[in-house]
Amino acid sequence: MRLSLLRRTTSRRSPAADKLRACRVQKKNNQTKVRDVNDKPSLLSVNNIEVIYDHVILVLKGVSLEVAEGGIVALLGANGAGKTTTLKAISNLLGTERGEVTKGSIVYRDQQIQALTPSDLVKRGVIQVMEGRHCFEHLTVEENLLTGAYTRGADRQGIADDLDMVYTYFPRLQDRQKSLAGYISGGEQQMVAIGRALMARPQLMLLDEPSMGLAPQLVEEIFEIVARLNRERQVSMLLAEQNASMALRFANSGYILENGRVVMEGDARTLADNEDVKEFYLGISHGDKRSFRDVKHYRRRKRWLG
Amino acid sequence: MEFINLVLIAPILDMAEYPAFFLEVVFGGLMSGVMYSLVALGFVLIFKASGVFNFAQGVFALFAALTLVGLMTGTMPFSLEKILPEFPAWLAIILTFLVMIGLAVAVERLVLRPLVNQDQIIMFMSTIGLAFVLEGLGDTIWGSEVKALDVGIPTGSFNVGEIQVQVFDLWAAGIAAFLVVVLALFFQWTRTGRALRAVADDHQAALSVGIPLKNIWIIVWSVAGLVALVAGIMWGSKSGVQFSLSLIALKALPVLILGGFTSVPGAIIGGLIIGVGEKVAEVYWGPLVNGAIENWFAYVVALIFLLFRPQGLFGEKIIERV
Repeated sequence: MRLSLLRRTTSRRSPAADKLRACRVQKKNNQTKVRDVNDKPSLLSVNNIEVIYDHVILVLKGVSLEVAEGGIVALLGANGAGKTTTLKAISNLLGTERGEVTKGSIVYRDQQIQALTPSDLVKRGVIQVMEGRHCFEHLTVEENLLTGAYTRGADRQGIADDLDMVYTYFPRLQDRQKSLAGYISGGEQQMVAIGRALMARPQLMLLDEPSMGLAPQLVEEIFEIVARLNRERQVSMLLAEQNASMALRFANSGYILENGRVVMEGDARTLADNEDVKEFYLGISHGDKRSFRDVKHYRRRKRWLG
Repeated sequence: MEFINLVLIAPILDMAEYPAFFLEVVFGGLMSGVMYSLVALGFVLIFKASGVFNFAQGVFALFAALTLVGLMTGTMPFSLEKILPEFPAWLAIILTFLVMIGLAVAVERLVLRPLVNQDQIIMFMSTIGLAFVLEGLGDTIWGSEVKALDVGIPTGSFNVGEIQVQVFDLWAAGIAAFLVVVLALFFQWTRTGRALRAVADDHQAALSVGIPLKNIWIIVWSVAGLVALVAGIMWGSKSGVQFSLSLIALKALPVLILGGFTSVPGAIIGGLIIGVGEKVAEVYWGPLVNGAIENWFAYVVALIFLLFRPQGLFGEKIIERV
């Protein structure tokens, strides 16, 4: 009952929003053509999913997105837009937070994956690096990395090789090998979190705000490494970020979430050049027209939220 | 002056005067300490692996001992008509361990799984509930009278110099030492042990790297069940299987505070210190206050430790980033 009420309110639209939607559909069609030309098979496709927490709170209202094989896809949006929820819906970590996917489907390598446990997903190559690092504080750096290889069983040689591989990407961790993860710096913890995920030999990494709480220089460093992993290890990335400019610099394509739905999508260059995105997400605006813009700003902002 | 003499000097002189007697007191303390350690060990295991303080650990030991006695004497559950045979000790121990594994599976399914990612205090309260349920269940299934338990651990005593040594106590110490070594190796060096520690640190992160919480919890509660079984056998053989057995859990608390909640060696050494301290205090300082120090000595030591070293002797440092 409550649910249907919620849906009714969300489906009420203004004519302006309809126009925008038409625009978007057109854009989408253009894009599919582009994608056909590139001919990259899609690795993950999320189709119109709805996520409800605690059986009442509707958080995602029909999100669709695609990650191409070998691509880096940015998922942008403000706090509470639904970025983390989208990632957790894919990696199926929603269960511990009383959330569930009630509509739509999530397809990975042509198979529906909603019903799989996180452990099964990791075995198939989908792993999430959670927001806020979440290292195992009382384990050493090396032990943290080794927990990432848990699903691989007793493949000793392979695991040892991968450990070396992680150390070549993050040389700093080698110096900290034996320190407790709780005592290393925030940047190093983020490296541990990414390295730990890498130990599972992932094909798709869901990165949730790797830049959180890090100095700009370190953010740059982390993103460089993410891009290298993508190039050299063929790990596809779905990257949820607040730091839109950084994310769009490294991503191939992007989606913008507002209030639990996708309001814009496109390849990274197009998004970065879009006037609205520039103003609302990249913080670039033309100073001298300020007073006039304020009015328009309000209107446009409202449309975005519609 | 009189007071200082009475409290600080006279007891020490007493010890020095009859060293053999002093050693016997210490030895007796070590042995009861081993028993405390065994119970404390069960707490540490579960706390390490799931961050839950399992209030029901003492009841686990009681339940295991009850089941063991029941199987060995062929008692029929729920005092139904007798059809069960009397199992030999070794078989009964194995069957009881299987029962404890079953219990672990039930706890995971009914208590832990619905409470993933909840506050520690909620987990703790659920184990209090579990303690009451299990105690009632044990009573209903096996009856409430005191039962004797004899699994064939040798008894008797011999003398080393002037000190009398109980053979049973030596066995208890040996078994405890063995368990500790095995568990310490397991936690430090195996893949599963590492996963257990990871789960204790952060449930969600453990889940996100693909550690299946379900299996991990069943494993750790089964191991805790095994430790409870051993503790139950030891205590049961010594003083009969009775419901006051579940109260030894309270004695394990100061042991844990002393040794640290997360340290297997800490549980052992804490248990020994508490055991010896208790006995020595009772014998040499007890007469000053008309005895009965033994009952509260451990808690006073624990209080002092909480003031100066809250993580215990060997506990994991409390990591706080500012």
